[in-house]
Amino acid sequence: MTTPVWVPRKRRGAELFLTFLAVFIGVAAYASVGLGAEGRIPADTYKLGGALIVVAIATHLIVRRVAPYADPVLLPLVIALNGLGLAMIYRLDIGRQQINPDRAAFANSQLVWTAVGIAAFAGILVAVRDHRRLQTLTYTFGAAAIGLLILPLIPGVGQTINGARIWVVLLGFSFQPGEAAKVCLAIFFAGYLVVKRDALALAGRRILGIDLPRGRDLGPILACWLISVGILVFQRDLGSSLLFFGLFVVMLYVATERPGWIVVGGLLFGAGAYFGYAAFGHVRVRFDAWLDPFGDPDRNGQVINGLFGLAHGGLLGQGLGQGSPQLTPFSFSDFIAASMGEELGLTGLMAILVIYGLIVERGLRIALTCRDAFGKLLAAGLAFSFALQVFVVVGGVTRLIPLTGLTTPFMAQGGSSVVMNWAIIGLLLRISDQTRRPAPEISSLDSNDETQVVRMS
Amino acid sequence: MSELTLTLIKLGFLAVLWLFVLSAVSVIRSDIFGTKAPSQPRQPKQKAAPTKGRSGKSRKTPRGNPTTLKIVDGPNAGQSVPLGDEPILLGRGTDAAIRLDDDYVSTRHARFATNGEQWFVEDLGSTNGTYLGSQRITTPIPIGLGIQVRLGKTIVELQK
Repeated sequence: MTTPVWVPRKRRGAELFLTFLAVFIGVAAYASVGLGAEGRIPADTYKLGGALIVVAIATHLIVRRVAPYADPVLLPLVIALNGLGLAMIYRLDIGRQQINPDRAAFANSQLVWTAVGIAAFAGILVAVRDHRRLQTLTYTFGAAAIGLLILPLIPGVGQTINGARIWVVLLGFSFQPGEAAKVCLAIFFAGYLVVKRDALALAGRRILGIDLPRGRDLGPILACWLISVGILVFQRDLGSSLLFFGLFVVMLYVATERPGWIVVGGLLFGAGAYFGYAAFGHVRVRFDAWLDPFGDPDRNGQVINGLFGLAHGGLLGQGLGQGSPQLTPFSFSDFIAASMGEELGLTGLMAILVIYGLIVERGLRIALTCRDAFGKLLAAGLAFSFALQVFVVVGGVTRLIPLTGLTTPFMAQGGSSVVMNWAIIGLLLRISDQTRRPAPEISSLDSNDETQVVRMS
Repeated sequence: MSELTLTLIKLGFLAVLWLFVLSAVSVIRSDIFGTKAPSQPRQPKQKAAPTKGRSGKSRKTPRGNPTTLKIVDGPNAGQSVPLGDEPILLGRGTDAAIRLDDDYVSTRHARFATNGEQWFVEDLGSTNGTYLGSQRITTPIPIGLGIQVRLGKTIVELQK
């Protein structure tokens, strides 16, 4: 046999080691925040550290049990980011309450949301035993995405917070359904494009050197995209709008292998951005703040504060708990990257960006090795949306591109974002478990053997 | 807490952060370069596996290239297709190479394809699955002569 047998390695031991290191980073960050800001290690560090280790080991054991061949580095990377984010939110709670004791503390609720996120992660790994089963629910997920996006616009349920109508308040909890819609849309696009990609790539007319597909092939996906973007314009959530559009274009490109889609997408995006600039005041404010933040220091205080914070951090940072990132509005959510840069410096911020890069690399790697088209597209879409989100947020904070409101995955304060990002990691691990699992041994040829029971649900 | 201690803690924390990043990179590196070709433990396991019905013959895969795909059991038993370079589709649909009259087989059930040297079987998202022995296959699997593949109630194998 000339085909080499590929023997994947599980590397679960390496994962356990990295997980411990990641938990240590989180706990050490928490302790040094206390040391830096208040001069003592917070009293509950040991309790928190113990709880985190228990949770980490439980997560590791679940992965070992239900996805033994899954990628070994994704989980520790995510735990490290989440731990860093929690410590920074705690640090900002201290700082903000020094300014005004009435300000809300977010660290505890974020800890609870992280626990919910890990539960969602475990739940997905246990419930979704084969990611291809999701393909049968393609249109269900498409409808769910649209439903989730409409939800905040319904009077009584939706709420406008900070100018964007993207919140839903139920039973005292507020969350952003847009985050869940992102995952649903990725599944819908993947499932739809797998079926239609040949038609999209081959049938159609050629106009100006670009192959345009037939309208009926493109119809449903364009409708879905128009609805989601339309809703986002009404909700004034430009970041998510950009994210969904990028996801849509890249998944089309990956599915059809036609670079023309990138060109068309880029042109459409340029036109949309120009239209937004001309038509919406809040878009123009963002553009002006990007091009010339110091022209209007009163209005652009947030961006300027973030930039000063990054400069204050310098190469090695002020040290956790010793800078003053709390002066920036929304330093705990939109501007958490600037807060990290101030206290950990360029060195720390680079480490964080490399961690994000590694997560994206693993996601694309999963897409490359995955052998079924649906898993390939889904993994590529999820990894890309992750990359785009980090780029848009960090680029906005560092004034590379205009600032748009998106959450920094796993670090920014916000329950829905943390939960859905953990769910994304669960999906990625499930796909990677399927692709790295070795082929069944061709040995027992007794076809009367009891076959494996597969539950169709 | 003295200034010096805090600085040391700060630098130590950054060092640990990068240590973590670099160990993650090294795990990824070994993941890329560390995919070993057939490891030792797999071979004895294959030999030790029960070979019912074929116990007289050696377990070694028969030599030579397969030339036909034959249905050995099920409603269409006895039918066969010659193998060429083209992939062969099995199922109940009209575009299948052999139309299987098996209620447990999907319209487009499984595909046999070759890369010129080796034949592979791939499940096309069938409802009841394609099995090698008792294992449901999820990815293209290389198969050789005499390896029985089960689709629904139908069993097919490559023959010389």
